[in-house]
Formats: sequence, C-alpha cells, structure tokens
Amino acid sequence: MIEVRFFATLRQGRGKIAQVPAEEAAAALDLFRRFDIPAEEVSILLINGFHSKPEDPVKDGDVISLFPPVGGG
Amino acid sequence: MEERYIRNLGALTEAECALLREKTVLVAGCGGLGGYLIEMLLRLGLGEIRAADGDCFEASNLNRQLLSAPGLLGKSKAEAAAERAALVNPEVRFVAVPEFVTEENADRLIRGCDAVLDALDNIPSRTMLAKKCAEAGIPLIHGAICGWSAQAAIALPGDGLIEQIYRSGAALKSKASLSFTPPFCAALQTALCVRLLAGREVETGKLYVADLLNMDLETIALLPDRGRPAGERG
Repeated sequence: MIEVRFFATLRQGRGKIAQVPAEEAAAALDLFRRFDIPAEEVSILLINGFHSKPEDPVKDGDVISLFPPVGGG
Repeated sequence: MEERYIRNLGALTEAECALLREKTVLVAGCGGLGGYLIEMLLRLGLGEIRAADGDCFEASNLNRQLLSAPGLLGKSKAEAAAERAALVNPEVRFVAVPEFVTEENADRLIRGCDAVLDALDNIPSRTMLAKKCAEAGIPLIHGAICGWSAQAAIALPGDGLIEQIYRSGAALKSKASLSFTPPFCAALQTALCVRLLAGREVETGKLYVADLLNMDLETIALLPDRGRPAGERG
C-alpha cells in the first residue's frame, strides 16, 4: 500500500490519511488524479519526507505528503 | 537600558537588544501579516522599519488586519502603520511607503536592509521579492497564510527556497483568513527574524507549517544543506 497524507485544505472531503494499493499508482501524479486534486492545488509534495516532483515514481510502502499553496497575507 | 525594553532581558541579552537597535528591515505589505509584524518589531525596538503597501483599507479587512478599523476605511495602510508606529514606539525610525512593492521599486525599498519580511498576498509578488533579495544578498523572512493555515521560513540569498515552496503553476484557491492566523504567522516570522538579526543560530532550508484547525505543526526540510540546490532525492 501507499500512504497518502493530506494537509490543510486538502483534507476537505478526503480526511487526513488514505491508503492506496501500490498497483494503482506509478507516479505521484496518479495519486492526484485518484483523489481528484488539480496539480495547481499541490504546492509541496513529499515522498518519504523528501521534496519531490509529481512525475516522480511511487512504490509500495511509500508515504506521500501533499501540501496546498499557502500565499495570503 | 531603557525601561521600555527591560522585559526583553532574560529572553534576549542586553547586547542582543543593542544589536537590534542597529537593524533595518522592510515589511513588504501592511495588511494581515504586515500589521502584526510592524507591531511586534516596533515593540522589540529595531533601528528602522520601512513599511510598504499601496493599498487602502476596505471593510473586508476588518476581520483580521490589526491596523484596520471602521473609521479608517479608505485610508492608506502604510499611513495607518506610520500613525501606529508614532503611538507605540516613536524611538524606531519609521518609513511609510504608500506603494505596492514592484519589480520597479523593490531594489530601492530593500537597499540597506538587514532583512526583509514578506507580508505580501500573492505568489508572483512573493517570488519577485525573493529574487530581488537574492540579488541584493539580503535574507527574506517568508510568511504566508490561508484560512487556518500559516507557514514561515528563512530564505537565504540564492538558496531558491521560495521557488521550492511555490512549485511552478501552484495557484491560490482561497482568500479566506481568520483573526488568529495572521498574528500566529507574524509571530513565527518575527521569532525567526529576531534570531537571525540577533546573531542566534538559525536553521535554514526549512519551512515551518501550521494547520491550526488540526493543531498540526510540521517542519519540512526543503533544502538539505545551505546553498545546495535542492531537495531532490538521491
């Protein structure tokens, strides 16, 4: 399984954590689609705590963290 | 030491307080974050605070912006900041600039600053200011809010941290903000700023993220080491 952790506004309607069977996602971008998250709504993507790109591969056991853009003042 | 700064002692040394009195900062934006940043920096006792904002108060600011009040609608935010500064701590040199921070005036506004505090409200202006600070060799204290969320970081000249935070194409979805989010974020920024300006040890390359709805506080290491262009695995 791949663990997906949502932060801040990305939790709305998705909860804090989701488990996805590893065969359902080859790259982080596939998880965006799986949870209906437009790419522009993810500002920071971590794979196992490392800053990563949406096209980076994901595998069984990975923990993916998704943070929305925060830019107001 | 003057009595008004006595309660700084114990948390800061007398030498650190004296050092802060020699420092100059720009607060870019006098809205939600800027109003609180200015208040905190004034009371700490910096040497000079420049505050830039070309905007005027409107009713929708009243839920969170410290400097706003029903009687001040239509008034320049920068001018309101100058009046507050004169009231709270007239010893601090205060330069109010009733202009938005732009590509054209940024070099002039940041010249001679020891640090710049980002209190802007949109991503393009933030990345522009980061670029200008990098070129001028000035540290940028990042802060941003949305709804219940706040984040802060120290961006060192040339470290590319702001570009890491705002991945290309990232867009703000909501303009929501609550009364307690700006002061929380401003407190994080001011603490980082004081540590930096007082010569304390600071950790860079990190983004401090708070989700006050869920009471989650995260530290995200975006850059492994200072200067190392980042964050990619391997």
